This record gives sequence, structure tokens and C-alpha cells, in this order.
Amino acid sequence: MSYEIHAAGILDFGSIYAFIDSLLPEGLDWLAFTVGGFVLSFIVINALVMSTAVYTWFERRTLGRFQNRLGPNRWGPFGVLQPIADLVKLITKEDTTPDDADRWVMTLAPVVLLVPTLLVVAVVPFGQDSFLGRLNIGILFVLGVTSVNTIAIFMAGWGSANKYAMLGAMRGVAMLVSYEVPMALGVVGVVLLSGSLALFDIVEAQPIPFLLVQPLGFLIFVAAASAEMSRTPFDQIEAESELGSGYNTEYSGIKFALLFLAEFMAPLINSMIIVVLFLGGTRGFSPVPGQIWFILKTFAVVFALLWVRATWPRLRVDQIMGFAWKGLFALSLVNIFAIAIEVVIFQDETGAITAGQMWIMAAINWAITIAAVVVTARTLGQRKLERRRASPSPLANMYAEAD
Amino acid sequence: MTIKTEPVTINLGPQHPSTHGVFRLRVTFDGEVVLDVEPVFGYLHRGSEKLAESRTYVQIVTLTDRMDYIASMSNNLAYVRAVEKLAGIDVPERAQYIRVISAELQRIASHMMATGFLLNDLGAFATPLMYCFRERERILDLFEMLCGARITLSYMRPGGLLQDAPPDFWPALDRVVKDLPASIDELEQLITGNEIVLTRTRNVGTLTAEQAIDNSVSGPMLRAAGVQWDLRKADPYEVYDRLEFDVPIGADGDNFDRYVVRIQEMRESVRIIEQCVRQMPEGGPVRSPAPFFIRAPEGDAYSAVEGPKGELGFYIVSDGGIAPYRCKVRAPSFINLTPLREMLVGGKMGDLITTFGSVDIVLGEVDR
Repeated sequence: MSYEIHAAGILDFGSIYAFIDSLLPEGLDWLAFTVGGFVLSFIVINALVMSTAVYTWFERRTLGRFQNRLGPNRWGPFGVLQPIADLVKLITKEDTTPDDADRWVMTLAPVVLLVPTLLVVAVVPFGQDSFLGRLNIGILFVLGVTSVNTIAIFMAGWGSANKYAMLGAMRGVAMLVSYEVPMALGVVGVVLLSGSLALFDIVEAQPIPFLLVQPLGFLIFVAAASAEMSRTPFDQIEAESELGSGYNTEYSGIKFALLFLAEFMAPLINSMIIVVLFLGGTRGFSPVPGQIWFILKTFAVVFALLWVRATWPRLRVDQIMGFAWKGLFALSLVNIFAIAIEVVIFQDETGAITAGQMWIMAAINWAITIAAVVVTARTLGQRKLERRRASPSPLANMYAEAD
Repeated sequence: MTIKTEPVTINLGPQHPSTHGVFRLRVTFDGEVVLDVEPVFGYLHRGSEKLAESRTYVQIVTLTDRMDYIASMSNNLAYVRAVEKLAGIDVPERAQYIRVISAELQRIASHMMATGFLLNDLGAFATPLMYCFRERERILDLFEMLCGARITLSYMRPGGLLQDAPPDFWPALDRVVKDLPASIDELEQLITGNEIVLTRTRNVGTLTAEQAIDNSVSGPMLRAAGVQWDLRKADPYEVYDRLEFDVPIGADGDNFDRYVVRIQEMRESVRIIEQCVRQMPEGGPVRSPAPFFIRAPEGDAYSAVEGPKGELGFYIVSDGGIAPYRCKVRAPSFINLTPLREMLVGGKMGDLITTFGSVDIVLGEVDR
């Protein structure tokens, strides 16, 4: 029983390459890689879309339990076939476009939103050999690609020529651009500690999960990530009680299905990134293979995000921006400062840090985190629980005088 | 260089998730800031007041159900009290107690709805709403035992009630009353201390005591502004003068105070029901012998009760016939909308929705 990276047990991407290569004559390695790439992309994209379908069911059932009701339970055992019913409904619906809409922009927006979300998966290590691209700047790629969805949301809002959609899109752009900053700064701590930008190196550099070593970075990243996918308490883009449906107000049919798909894929992808960066990715205890650990951790994170979504109200748009720049930005600088000093102190000549040293760092960082969070809550929270004592207004004594 | 901007006018409603029905607001925004608000009424106008002129006094009870459909029991009570005052009908004591019990149950149900939808407007994705609905369902079950209906109750009649409560109503009422304080505590644990709720509702949509009185606001909105005015104390009707309860007030008159006042009022209502059950006479008639076709003497009468949303009054003019000559309703949710502009202008888009939700309107009553 040791906490380690397992060799891939279920879907070994290397062996798929080898299998395709063995079918082809000598000297056609490039063709093997091309075909293998297509096959793997096909598998991964479809697996992702299917898991998104499962996730929508999971989310609706879980929300149902949170909300003291049943959730979808008619179609299939426990309602697991509900996503298929939803899909059939969405596809058969009429795909309307408003007269004033910018057709091209409006039609392209769902694709522009979906593609970057899918691209992120290319660098996520599902196992030791299970990833599409062994990119050594993986985390930069993730941050860069996910920021494209800002443009997509603005395209959707602008293109549909609807004032609610426009308001949602404007809020979205302001919010997403702001939260890119704490998100990137939250990752810096991980990069400093692991000494690499590649996601598989980050997994290897976690003898203990970085959640324990730098909880502050985890909190910042999770907050920023839930803003990036605009989930409560940051769901300003849709804000269904204020803007009707926000940027996707005018969408229907298959275009809405694509937006919907991207929107529900975002929590999954973000949870995967969180698992890789802070929860040790595919690391786990044998004999359960790494991919299973990965899935379990991902759904644990998804559940935690869902819990927040089910419970909390939403912040106002200016309060959200204030929280990004006054709260998260300052906290992430504190985090980077602390981690940088600790890395300089603890690392040996080769730059490596042992697990024992990491435990010491964890102890220090937990103290820093608690102090920083308490200070932030005190300064930003304005001690709102202290209320003025209610005293009856002098205007209230009308009936007392009448007696 | 200055960027040229221009205000945007948006139709908020009549089809909008947070207008609590078919209310329409024409809002002019400068970015996110509200510049002007213009309410547009009448999408649910059914001419209830005119219809009342061609119905008998007993038939009108069904019309009152459909005004404030969240709190039909209070509407029934306000209406039958006006008719009783006009025609000089006495009400048996037991009926008065059951009326107070059902009106207070209705107040709890209505405040539960108000709290739940306020949180929904704040963006808490339906979870607090469902918890509020759970409690409301139990109260509706009690109403079903009383009169067979859950929403449009028509339980009260001029001169008493439709029928006495069935024997198994009382143990069921005891169970609900015993569980309610714990449920309200649970709701408060979820909402009251929440940092986001506080940030969103404190000092938002503030209404001072002067403003509230100038706009003849009543109910929890008035009390949240610090004015200790409650018709149950000021002009006790039925048996309220024999019951002990406090009138909670707020300090700032903001959205949070309105929420807190509603929560405290629910607790007071529980107290009132407990006292009623203790004081109530065992048995006895619940309806005084009044004719089906009541012929009220010529004249007029105004009678008001403290409904869940404020002072709910009926002004009835009789020309001696079997139907009223004129029936005018003082609808609290309509009048509570008067200071809307004062509360909203200068605020943000999100505050607009929250403040509007905290007023707690029912469109059936606004448009009638």
C-alpha cells in the first residue's frame, strides 16, 4: 500500500500506438501516429461527451437530493437515460435565429465555446501513459485555451441581438478576464513546488497531494475556476433570476445543446485540472488502477463544487470583481511569496524536495492559510453580523396614543 | 478620450423568472446602474371588483381566494369581516379562534414563500425555496383537512366558517406547530449568517420610516423600517386582544430587515396558534344562522385585517340588495409597490431583482 502513480491498467495509449503500428508495414510510422491520434482523439472526445451526459444526470440527481426532491427518475434505472431524452428533445426542437441576429457570430459561438473545452483534455494525464499530447508547457496551454471561452460568450451575447444576452455577455467578459489573473497566480505555487509546467511532471512531483502542502493555492484556484465556469456564487453570465438566461437567451435546438454541453463539460474539465494540480492526479493505492483513482477524485471535486452550487446565493457583479481583485489577488500573492521562500529554503542542490520536507511546508502553509483567510474575512467581510438594535420609530406610537 | 455610452431600456417582464408573476418593469440602465423604473400593471387584471357587484355576498368569497392566491385564508377573513360589519352578523367564539388559527397558518405559509423566493432571486438555486415549500406543504395539508382545498380555500363564510375542523385536524396541527420552530431555525442556519446573503441584502433597497409612511406602505415592509404598526395590536379584531404576541421590527428598513421581520413574525404566529389551541372553547357552533342571500342594509363598511403582506381591507357599499353595490379592495401588495422607484433607482441590476423580491407581491392581488 503506497501512494504512487500506477502504470496504466485500462487504456494504455502507448500500446494503442504500438498496436496500430504493428498492423502497418515498416516505415509508415507517421501514418501510425496519424491514425492513432485520430483514434485516440475520437475515443477521448466521445468518452468526455458521454461522461458529461453522466455528469448532467449526476448533477440533477444530487441537486434533487440537496433540494429535498427526487430529480429525474423516470427514464431508465434511476433516470440514467435522462440525458438521452434531453438530447433527443434538443435536437428535434426548431433552431431559431432572431431576425436582427448576426447569424455567423451566433452560429459559431457554441463551437468556439466547445472546442477549447475539449482541447484542454489533450494535456490531461489520465494515467502514466494515457494522454494525447505530452506537452511540456501543459498548464500554460490549459490557461491559454480556457481563456478563449471569454470570446465565445461575448460572441453569443453580441450575436443574438438581445439585451439580456448582451448584459450577460458584458458581465461575463469582465468577470472571466478578472478571474484569469488569480487562476494563473494560483497555479504559480504548484509550478514553483513541482519545478515543471508539464501536467505529468506535476503529478510525479506530488508524493503528498498539493492540497495538503498549499491549501491557500487550492482555495484560490477552486474559487477562480468556479468563476471561470460561472457557477454559483459567481454565475453572473447566466444569472437566471436576473437576466432570464443570460448569454444563451436566444439559443434553441442544437446550438443550445452545444452551449449546454460546453457548460456542463466545464465543471468536469476544471475538476480534472484541480485533481491533477492539487490532488495527485492518477496517484492512488494499489491494486486499484490509476484511472479509477482519477475518476473517483474528479467526481469528489465535482460533488464539492455541486454542494457549493446547491447552497449559496450569488454575489452581485461588482462584488464579484471586488472579490477577485481585493481578495483573491492579494491572497495569491501571499501564497506565491510563502511557497517561493519555502522552496528556496528546503530544496537541495538538484532542486528536489523530499516528502518529509513537504510535510513541514504543509504545517507552515496551513498556519499561513488560516491566518490569511481570517484576515481577509475580517477586512472584506465588514463584520456584517453586528446589527443595529431595532428601536420603534417615534412615528410608530399612533395606536398607543389613541388608547 | 471619452467613450460615448448611452442608457439601455429593458423590459423586465411580463415574462421574466423573477417578476413573481406577470409584472412588467421598464427599466433604464446605465451599464448595471438603474436610472429609471416604470412599473406596468394589469396583465392579470380579471375585474374581480366589478365581478363582485353581480355576485351574492357568499359567492364573492370565491373571488377573494383568487386575489392573493398565496394567502387566500387572509383574504377570506378580510372579506367576511367586512360583510359581517356591514350586515351586523355575529360570529361564534369557536369560529373566531379557528379563523385566527387558520389566518396565522396562512401567514406562516405566505412568509415561507416570500423568504424562499427572495433567496431564489438572490441566486440560491432553489434549495432554500424547496425547504420553505416543505413547510408550506404541511400547512396546505392542514387546510385540506379543514375545507378540502389547498390553494383556493373559500373556508370562511359571513357569520362563521364553512364547517368545523375535523377531529384529526387538532393532532395534526399540534405536530406542525411543534415542528415549525425547528424548521425555522434550520432555515435561519442556512440563510441568516450567510456572508453572501448579508453582502447582497444589507443596506440594499433601504426605505426609511418616513418614506414608508408617506407611501402608505404596510405589513412587514413597514415594520422593517422600524414602525411598530400591526393591525392585530392597533385595532384588534377577532380574538387577537386575548392573545400575547410581539410585533417584531427592523432597524434599517433594508432587504435583510424585511427578511428578518418575516422570520420573526413566523415565530410569533406559532406562539399565537399555540395560545389559540389552549384558549379555544371545546365544541359549540362555528356558524351563526345567517341567510344564504344576505341583504345588507343600505350603507358602507370598511374592514381591514393584518394580512401577511400588509393591511388588507375591503370596502363594501350596499344598496340593500343581495349583491354589493361596490366592492373595493385595499390590496397591500399593490400599495407596497408605491415606493418602488425610491428603492430601486441608483441601485444595481442584481439589487433591483432582490429588492423587488423582498417587497413580496402577488400579481393576483396587484392586478385583481
